[in-house]
Amino acid sequence: MPTIVVEVMPKAELLDPAGKAVAGALGRLGKSEFSAVRIGKRFELTLDGEVSEAILAEARDLAADMLSNSVIEDVVRVYVLESATSGASA
Amino acid sequence: MKIGVVTFPGSLDDRDAQRAVRRAGGEAVALWHGDHDLQGVDAIVLPGGFSYGDYLRCGAIAARSPIMSEIIAAANAGMPVLGICNGFQILVEAHLLPGGLIRNDHGDFVCRDQRLRVENASTAWTSQFDVGQEITIPLKNAEGGFIVDAETLKQIEGEGLVAFRYLDVNPNGSLDDIAGLTNARGNVVGLMPHPEHASEPGFGPDTPDAMRSGTDGLAFFTSVLESALTRV
Repeated sequence: MPTIVVEVMPKAELLDPAGKAVAGALGRLGKSEFSAVRIGKRFELTLDGEVSEAILAEARDLAADMLSNSVIEDVVRVYVLESATSGASA
Repeated sequence: MKIGVVTFPGSLDDRDAQRAVRRAGGEAVALWHGDHDLQGVDAIVLPGGFSYGDYLRCGAIAARSPIMSEIIAAANAGMPVLGICNGFQILVEAHLLPGGLIRNDHGDFVCRDQRLRVENASTAWTSQFDVGQEITIPLKNAEGGFIVDAETLKQIEGEGLVAFRYLDVNPNGSLDDIAGLTNARGNVVGLMPHPEHASEPGFGPDTPDAMRSGTDGLAFFTSVLESALTRV
């Protein structure tokens, strides 16, 4: 079944306490080559039918209206997942 | 005077808010998130809790509940609406108040009796206070950091839309120590701290007089009762 992926990230200028906590843990593990971590979200919207331009437009609207809050987040990408085994690949 | 308190899946403080309404002299009406019926109430409280487990974003799913279409219309028509904690998050997600609430800057849940300064005493929910009055009510959240873009912040400050500011400490990294906001009309107010938990002697914050005797939150509810009388 076709899947549309929506990627959302906290705005760059915002403090991301969750990402900061992970970055702190990396530092404690000695992984000093990674200077920062930011954590976002990935949504996978599965369709019963085929992907059309209208469906993609609807997904973009949904991404902007509900899946993200433009005050604190940016929609980074909305795209159709090519593989049918979404999320299964290592 | 009927004040509706909406229960969402995951609301925690709906019963406490109902009790505060009754202690203030109002009639509390339980409203259900899945209904399209405000049951003729004169004002509405969106209570604290963790609606939908804070999934997606705090308040985001609740803000799109069936009853919210009626609440948004009523708020835009002037009905008093108070959002407490998760209710404040629902109000910003419903675009009834500006900005957003994000994880506390220190990353931890915080629970404390919080001193606040009343910045706007001409809203439906704050008219029984004086501007500059200092009150203490409980604060308990992990995602109470108020943020907004610089231009909107300037507008909020310039138009006197800050309702409450944190005193002593900024417990969550909120911009300009903002604890609560009002809309320009003064009928919609949201804040992270919990007035309903400071409305009954024996169950409120400690005061210099006695343990747990603080009832500074009661004035939110007596304010709206009075404002409804003057509105009619």
